[in-house]
Amino acid sequence: MSGSFDYVGWIVIPSLQMGVVVCAIWARSFLRFFPLNFYMLVATLFTAARFFTMVQYGVRSSQYFYFYFYSDALLTICLFFALMCLFSHVFQEMGARIYIRIGAILVIGLISAVSYGMVRQAQDKMVTNFAAELSQNLYFVGAVLSYVLWVAIRKLRETRTQLIQLVLALGVYFSAFAASYALSVLYPNSLVWRLVSYAMAIWLPLAWGYTFLRIPEGARLTTARVALGSR
Amino acid sequence: MITALIFGLSIVALLQFFVSYCRSLIAATGALPLSQQVREVTGIRDGEISGAEFARLLQLARLCPEPGKDRSSIAAVRGYYTLLSAVRAVSGRFIPGVVSWTERELSRCAHFAAVTLDRRITYCRGLMAQQLSN
Repeated sequence: MSGSFDYVGWIVIPSLQMGVVVCAIWARSFLRFFPLNFYMLVATLFTAARFFTMVQYGVRSSQYFYFYFYSDALLTICLFFALMCLFSHVFQEMGARIYIRIGAILVIGLISAVSYGMVRQAQDKMVTNFAAELSQNLYFVGAVLSYVLWVAIRKLRETRTQLIQLVLALGVYFSAFAASYALSVLYPNSLVWRLVSYAMAIWLPLAWGYTFLRIPEGARLTTARVALGSR
Repeated sequence: MITALIFGLSIVALLQFFVSYCRSLIAATGALPLSQQVREVTGIRDGEISGAEFARLLQLARLCPEPGKDRSSIAAVRGYYTLLSAVRAVSGRFIPGVVSWTERELSRCAHFAAVTLDRRITYCRGLMAQQLSN
């Protein structure tokens, strides 16, 4: 993690993440999509904190290792709440906001319990394994829930372009991470997951930043023209 | 076994999301007509633009100064174009319906590139007018 490529990542990725927040403020969408912006702010802070931990203790230190996995688990939870924010935007007219909040807390609790159950055997490394397992499971559930939301958007004939693009960009992010984690289990020595994490760390801020900056709040789009398989 | 299944499902979902995202970018420009200026520069006549024009149109767009807002969308659509070309090359021989669908999608990508070029030329002209007035 100390090549010149990584150092570029340390600068470019937080800049892009902060760029999303600036774009959202510029487009007056900061509060409307607060959980998304909160995630970007926290991600910027954690990236900076990871960098300082790496400089202070070294990339192979246990401090960096622990911090990396804990911060990743917390970031995934933040992103999960960002997804719930998109759910509540889509189901806004049905007045389902409270049910979505309860559902989100239940799902997080369930995933945590399942993750704990999976790592319970390894007592010596349980805490770290739990953080890593929780992240992996949240990515997969995030991908599934993004897909459910995308299906709901199509069925409800949602037309808000901004919302559609935010959901699709998040779907790409979650499913890419879920695939790369699965690949890292199948081929533990593969470096693909590292490339994917870099590509996705750049993808999400770029896609969200573009949506906030270029797509006006009132823009409309027919989902039938967007979904795969349509003409 | 379960991991392989998760991997397969995630890849399918990833493709669906990526294709839909790119199509949402392209759909936003699909209804926009091309200016006379761009038609003259590129030699495009009325009617659908061929998908093969995509690379040339993007090269022309690269010659213009960037407004700095469209780089990420161009990168995504370029990725989609590459994916479509690969799909056409691989499955085009076995599934004839795929060829016409990919041709239509490639043509929409080319239209997106033409609209991008149009925007950049307009931006460039604006800059020139600003400099002249100063």
